[in-house]
Amino acid sequence: MAAATFRFTIDGIDVEASEGQSVIEACDAAGIYIPRLCHHPDLAPAGNCRVCTCKINGRNGAACVTPAARGMVIESNTPQLTDDRRAVIEMLFVEGNHPCPYCVASGDCELQALGYRLGMVAPTQPYQWPGRKIDATHPDIYLDHDRCILCSRCIRASRMEDGKTVFGFEGRGIKMRLNVDAEGGLGETQMAAIDKAAGVCPVGCIVVKRGAYQVPNGSRRFDKAPIGSDIEAKRGSRKP
Amino acid sequence: MADQEPAALINGTVLTALTPADVPQIVTSLRQSCARDDPGALPQPARPEAALPKANIRSSLVKAGPLLSGLAGRTDGIRAALALSPDKVIEEITKSKLRGRGGAGFPTGMKWRFTRKAVGSDHYVVCNADEGEPGTFKDRVLLSEFPDLVFDGMTIAGYALGARHGLVYLRGEYAYLWDSLQEVLKTRRRLGLLGKNIGGQQQFDFDIRIQLGAGAYICGEESALLESLEGKRGAPRDRPPFPTERGYLRQPTAVDNVETFACAARIMEKGAAWFAGFGTAQSTGTKLVSISGDCVHPGVYEVPFGTTISELLDQAGAPEAIYVQVSGPSGQSVAPKDFGRSLGYEDLSTGGSTMVFGPGRDVLEIALQFADFFVAESCGWCTPCRVGTTLLKQGMEKVVAGRATVADVAQLESLGNTVMRMSRCGLGQSAPNPILTTMRSFPELYEARLAPVPFTSRVTLHDALREAVAVQGREPVTEES
Repeated sequence: MAAATFRFTIDGIDVEASEGQSVIEACDAAGIYIPRLCHHPDLAPAGNCRVCTCKINGRNGAACVTPAARGMVIESNTPQLTDDRRAVIEMLFVEGNHPCPYCVASGDCELQALGYRLGMVAPTQPYQWPGRKIDATHPDIYLDHDRCILCSRCIRASRMEDGKTVFGFEGRGIKMRLNVDAEGGLGETQMAAIDKAAGVCPVGCIVVKRGAYQVPNGSRRFDKAPIGSDIEAKRGSRKP
Repeated sequence: MADQEPAALINGTVLTALTPADVPQIVTSLRQSCARDDPGALPQPARPEAALPKANIRSSLVKAGPLLSGLAGRTDGIRAALALSPDKVIEEITKSKLRGRGGAGFPTGMKWRFTRKAVGSDHYVVCNADEGEPGTFKDRVLLSEFPDLVFDGMTIAGYALGARHGLVYLRGEYAYLWDSLQEVLKTRRRLGLLGKNIGGQQQFDFDIRIQLGAGAYICGEESALLESLEGKRGAPRDRPPFPTERGYLRQPTAVDNVETFACAARIMEKGAAWFAGFGTAQSTGTKLVSISGDCVHPGVYEVPFGTTISELLDQAGAPEAIYVQVSGPSGQSVAPKDFGRSLGYEDLSTGGSTMVFGPGRDVLEIALQFADFFVAESCGWCTPCRVGTTLLKQGMEKVVAGRATVADVAQLESLGNTVMRMSRCGLGQSAPNPILTTMRSFPELYEARLAPVPFTSRVTLHDALREAVAVQGREPVTEES
């Protein structure tokens, strides 16, 4: 039996949702794109990045972790939320080291794509220039911590999808880092290149070796269409 | 220990009112205990003075009000509550208009009703004794001098909610209270105030367990506290679901402040009308306020809501105060022109921390220190707080150094507002407060520090070259020379 459905509005658009869906899931299904970074459709939400923050019934909340409810009134595409989201994206750019022009992920990077979509020109905040090491101990995968945005996708994927605990956070606050569960680095963990955790990184932190540049710059996902276009296309096709 | 500064915590032992002359003695006794090759055997909390000087915390209840005077006996509140049905108890608490004393001010009766109604295999009562807001120490006074009143309140909550388990989350720095609190619990079990069939009431079983925190500020946030209670990393949860629905072990849980439980016990003893007779219409009862800083009589004061900052300063002996920080770094700064404002959920909402600063103190420097506090205490889970707190601190450093331009200050304000709107929990949402509220209260101080130019670089040439200068061993040649 299908779950009970109900309706809510986002930016004045009527959306149908079913019991158990989060705001972002219901909006995705309806073809309405809410910018997001840490959320991944195959993983349980964690609410790390806060990019999908919307004004829900008058209060700010992250759309990925807020259950959809009947009659909700949501604002998403407002100048202030766009400014705040851009500011959060900017924080991630200055927190790590993100050299887009020569990054292997350029054009496939969700952080970069969101920067473009939200109209970020150049960071206005000071770069933090953290000293982070590359972990190349694994034969098939390397970790470039410079580009990690602490979204926890790999942590969730490893635990819930792969049945492993390869990744975790260590440290607190601005010193928080992604870590692996072996002293000697990724090569000593049970990580395999076919793991879900190897394929969910939104940026160029977890990279499977020997695959780079098979698709040349200029022909990649976000070179062709802005991030979120796939979701918005659903709405277009549904229009009468 | 802000009332007995300077204070230190050495291997779990609290030292207060230190002077430079105390240091040699402390070092000597530490050397002796280390020489015994047994650092774990440092002064026992029961007799700390024996080994370390000044390891004694004086009680600092300066002024007791209706809440803390004329305490008849430890059972009166419970007896009165047990004579009513649980729903009637919640009704009485609701009628008293008691609101959470941690500072957020959620109506306690409503919280208890939600928790009671929520479906779960077990219900829990949690006492938030992670008193971590800088400048507050009123829960310390309650737990050391009136623990029975607090436990009375928890037991009443247990009865009202249909809970069998009560948990006290005690902040790590209060470990020295552990033994005395356990003694109190033991006595209560012996008197039949905890355990099975309390007060002869069939099927009312309730007991209290104390769990020690590890010193993280974030664990005072109720959902991070619950994570910590469950033995996990102290990071806040997303809400909904709220703890009243799914709290400790995903079961309905009421998390309340130490003082809230004390109030609840008195309300059951003396009635809602008695309680509502104090304070203001929206903020009933009295508030325990911890006053510290540049004043003659630091300590805990029980005052009715509606008391103004001026009145507080008069009582504490601080006629020359130039600035008061209400409710700690996460609260707000108050300038002398606003000393007529009063404590209460409708005006200056407070958890109790009241820091007084006298002439000669640098308000902006203090705001910078508060900003630095949030950098250290951010848990790191969400972007706006993890990165934003550091950026706010760096922006404030530029202001304090006199290098910020008008545009820099405007950008700092805008950043602060973003962090406030986008952060996941109360820590990030209030982390910009020291900067944003001093901007509003003391605009003239910011103006006086502005660099009178349209732009200054983030890094000075001198700083940029420092490393190279050190390597080369010579200063750069300046244009003038």
